[in-house]
Amino acid sequence: MTRVPETKSPAPSPRSTFPPFRASAGLLLEVAGLNLAISGTPILSNVALRIHAGKIIGVVGESGSGKTLTALTVMGLLPPGAATTGSVRMDGQDLLALDEPAMCRIRGNRIGMIFQEPMTALNPVRTIGDQVAETLLIHGMANRGEAVRIARQRLDRVGLPEPEFPLDRYPHQLSGGQRQRVCIALAIALRPQLLIADEPTTALDVSTQAQILDLLLSLVADDGMSLMLITHDLAVVASLADDIAVMRNGRVVDGAPANSLFARDGHPYTRQLLAASQHRPLRASPATEVPATSGDKTEVDIGGVPAERDHRGGDRIAGRRDAATLLRVTGAVRDYALARKGLFRKPPVRRAVDGVSFSLDAGESLGLVGESGCGKSTLARAILGLEPLQAGAITLQGTPVTAVPAVRPSLRRNMQVVFQDPYGSFNPRHRVLRLVSEPFFLNETPLSASDIRERVAESLVSVGLAPDAMEKYIHEFSGGQRQRIAIARALVLRPRLMVLDEAVSSLDVSIRAQILDLLAELQGQHDLAYLFISHDLTVIRAVTDRVIVMKTGRIVEAGETESVLESPTHPYTRHLIQSAPKIPAHWLQETGHGPPPQ
Amino acid sequence: MIRFLVTRLLSLCVSLIAASVVIFCVIEVIPGDPAAFMLGLNANPDTVAALREDLGLTGDALSRYFSWTTGMLTGDFGTSYTYRVPVSELVSDRLLVSLPLAVYALILSTALALPVGMIAAMRRGTLTDVGIMGTTQLGIAVPNFWFAMLLVLLFAVSLRLFSAGGFPGWDAGFLAGLKALTLPAVSLAFPQASILARITRSALLETLNQDYIRTARAKGLTERQTIVGHALRNALIPVMTIIGLQFAFLLAGAVIIENVFFLPGLGRLIFQGITQRDLVVVESVVMLLVFAVVMVNFLVDVAYAAIDPRLRIRT
Repeated sequence: MTRVPETKSPAPSPRSTFPPFRASAGLLLEVAGLNLAISGTPILSNVALRIHAGKIIGVVGESGSGKTLTALTVMGLLPPGAATTGSVRMDGQDLLALDEPAMCRIRGNRIGMIFQEPMTALNPVRTIGDQVAETLLIHGMANRGEAVRIARQRLDRVGLPEPEFPLDRYPHQLSGGQRQRVCIALAIALRPQLLIADEPTTALDVSTQAQILDLLLSLVADDGMSLMLITHDLAVVASLADDIAVMRNGRVVDGAPANSLFARDGHPYTRQLLAASQHRPLRASPATEVPATSGDKTEVDIGGVPAERDHRGGDRIAGRRDAATLLRVTGAVRDYALARKGLFRKPPVRRAVDGVSFSLDAGESLGLVGESGCGKSTLARAILGLEPLQAGAITLQGTPVTAVPAVRPSLRRNMQVVFQDPYGSFNPRHRVLRLVSEPFFLNETPLSASDIRERVAESLVSVGLAPDAMEKYIHEFSGGQRQRIAIARALVLRPRLMVLDEAVSSLDVSIRAQILDLLAELQGQHDLAYLFISHDLTVIRAVTDRVIVMKTGRIVEAGETESVLESPTHPYTRHLIQSAPKIPAHWLQETGHGPPPQ
Repeated sequence: MIRFLVTRLLSLCVSLIAASVVIFCVIEVIPGDPAAFMLGLNANPDTVAALREDLGLTGDALSRYFSWTTGMLTGDFGTSYTYRVPVSELVSDRLLVSLPLAVYALILSTALALPVGMIAAMRRGTLTDVGIMGTTQLGIAVPNFWFAMLLVLLFAVSLRLFSAGGFPGWDAGFLAGLKALTLPAVSLAFPQASILARITRSALLETLNQDYIRTARAKGLTERQTIVGHALRNALIPVMTIIGLQFAFLLAGAVIIENVFFLPGLGRLIFQGITQRDLVVVESVVMLLVFAVVMVNFLVDVAYAAIDPRLRIRT
């Protein structure tokens, strides 16, 4: 009943089965005075957005700012107990006033939506063709055969062509980026006028992110679709959006065409967000003291020992207190056994880490970048003595690190780790005191209960939390606070090496800036060495002295961070840098938040 | 898929062989003479010797084991001491009651539990859900023999719709047989259905929280279409596990209900075999039940793979 009349009659050609996009470049969707409360708690207040036909609106904000719930309100997919006032008008029709059956006819048909986590967004027990065709079938827009044919076209359209991606593939046979393409295919199966993309690339690595963003852009450009792009990443919207709305605490605090958002006297919060995303902590680190020269950086032979070690600038090291080599990795190889092909045949192996060599000095920060699956996390686990090596050696302070036999407590004390997910890496049933004091079992002589409390309190204070936090449970803390607790836990034994595996990736920009400051401060205080694993080049640039670029288990480039990122020599590094979305330089200049002069 | 079936079948055979060894050891090899045990303390040594001969207990353990297993493969389960008839005959008579009863009860319980569990999940938190959860709690708590007696009181004694017990045999006609099994099947099914309905509800609720359910809703599926098209099949994995366990229980564990309704089933046979020290019967029936359980597990595994493509590649 909500469709225009001409779509009712079946047409001969498949393309004309679907209504053409309304040619007028007018207003497509208008959210006005939208208030939302869930179980009495106000979530959104007076939200207003205008989405124009064929345009991209970027909605940015930190977690909890109401971006996703605004989108779910438009979709009519709010959780039980939600109460809304205001209006969401599409073609003059108020979507908030529609009943559920009417909304079902709009979802997937006139508004499509894709979500953040492509790994779990598809039904694991149904084929991809089936899931794309379903969108057409449930809206009664095609019969079975036709739906399958159109599903094929849509999968071709999103870059999953026939021979490699037949319709009978299951989601588990595809990578994250490929699954997100399937999600896009099923969201655009009926050529909706509006596609809502909620953090569509947050879970993907930079080059996959660039491909997916390209795809979304081309759907808007070629098919005249409108796109509502929700993200916490200013750089993503900066490169794509026509208009940008900034949300905070359930309100739209700032909104403007993308190229004028920072050109005028913008909202302080917008400027704050931008500043946080570009934040570089003050570090007493050698990299900022000594200008990098091209001689500091050498492309490394694949599998070879980085020649770069041999001619690092002597003056750079001279600027530091005794820069002893803390960690040395020599020719590390890690193989994973795959499923056996036959009962008595030797299982084939996949080489995750292939002859990697590097070293890390005390008090130094080393970045490790690469796409997902490049072996960086495997390497980190091997360094922590959690994975055995098939060849090569890892030494910490000259002592070999091995998984079998397990690392001795005396060695383990000197290396600690902070993982990405501050929600999943704590046992929810223990108090913070127990969580933070757990590493003390590595001490030969057990500490007294009062000593433990004292050390935990000290550790919590050093990460900026109150000592009485130790009596609380982990669910009482926000994501940023939990990551502080994770750092406190890593710090409590006063280690020499801290491995940070995507430790700030899931944090909002302003929280991330605080954590990066904290890490820089702690490094100065405790002469800590950081191995900083991240896919985010902005973070790597902000906090590391040197960087290693990994691809398919090998180091392809290594050197001083600034020089590697400014003038990469390996094509893969160049590709990574180009793939990363960037905030246009003039934005930064206009707001005065450019990188500090070198 | 063929690889999957072959590996599952292999592991099925290994399980059966392991089970037969354990049963054989427990009953025959462990100290104590089965023949003397069967005949009691004051038996005549000649009678014991004759029984030993009769039971095939002469010769070494290995050859006895092989003659027992090869015998079973050809359908020869030995001769019951107490009944003086081949065990295979005894068992097949009893199976004709127990197997239909178990299948009947399973069909009833599944047919009842799946829709009820789905309704409870879809209406979670409502009065319907509370009512269903309360009833299923009751179904689990009430002992099935007591429930069986209530059924007999109501349907056999008061309403006179069913007979209070006994089994006329399938010769009396399929419907007559089915009718005789109805009250026992209902009393077996009720607690099983209660468990299954709760499992279905929680599995479905778990599934409904998954991201792909949100994707399906964003496509425009109604809540009902989402549950039928996406949630149910994913929720079936834990449900299938419970159904498999329940079938094994229904086949062997119905002894109390068989006694309440005077049904000549496997449960009663094995119970009588144990009380009468008829170890040949016990040995063979236990092996048969092991076979049934292992078979059901195999079928459940195959069902898993049919439901979930991710399980097909595992070996």
